[in-house]
Amino acid sequence: MELSSRTENSFKIVSVQGSRIDAAVAIEFKDAMRAQSDGGPDTVILDLSEVEFIDSSGLGAIVAAMKHIGPDRTLALAGLTPTVDKVFRLTRMDSVFSLFSTLEGALDELRV
Amino acid sequence: MNCASEQNGLSSQSDASQNARLPSFNVAVTSGTFAAREAIGMLMEKLSPLQLDIEESGTFELVVAEALNNVVEHGYPDPANCGPIKINCTHKSNGLHVHIVDQGLPMPDGKTPLGLAAEVDVDFMDMPEGGFGWFLIKDLAKDVQYERQGDKNCLRLRVAIAMNATAH
Repeated sequence: MELSSRTENSFKIVSVQGSRIDAAVAIEFKDAMRAQSDGGPDTVILDLSEVEFIDSSGLGAIVAAMKHIGPDRTLALAGLTPTVDKVFRLTRMDSVFSLFSTLEGALDELRV
Repeated sequence: MNCASEQNGLSSQSDASQNARLPSFNVAVTSGTFAAREAIGMLMEKLSPLQLDIEESGTFELVVAEALNNVVEHGYPDPANCGPIKINCTHKSNGLHVHIVDQGLPMPDGKTPLGLAAEVDVDFMDMPEGGFGWFLIKDLAKDVQYERQGDKNCLRLRVAIAMNATAH
């Protein structure tokens, strides 16, 4: 589970370099997100466009990442593939996160 | 009901439609961090003749992942005490029947959790980080049945996909 990050237009963009966020890597993902999102811009965009599958452990890890980032900053999710999108919709987590189908869309929408 | 017994339901079908179905198959893994991932990889490969679309394969993968995660996490909680997990998958006219057998700890109270939806209309720091697994299984799968048989857990469920699919 590798994450890469860059700062663009005052957003921190964290990209997941892997096709699954599941029980096997959920803790690793949580730790990596913590390291990537500490400090820096107020808005963190998690780019999930390479992620094809997420299970409940992965979803929990993303919620944990959001809590770690804190209520005064924003974690937006971008590039949701069909099965990832399904998990967010079914668990109603789509009402908790700002979801964007593409990273470009997220950058456009979030730009002040 | 016996763990190894076949459920009925094939008797009324013609030979032709039976031939078009994917033959029943088994996958076995040992519990551990990568057990669910490994099993799903093998299952999806065996299901490839059905040419499931992304919606169907995503549903199947989610249900099986959550069921297997549960076995790994709660059935075999001690990583030093691994055990077998056997999965049978049978393609029938009403979907894919999945039967998971393990020799881990029984479900609490001898039944599966209710799987209620996690409450998301809560304060930021109270957002649930877990408790989604059984909800997803019960939401996406049909006929979920659990039985403890001797030292084995038997979980049966049906994913209502590939109902008209034929094996290519």
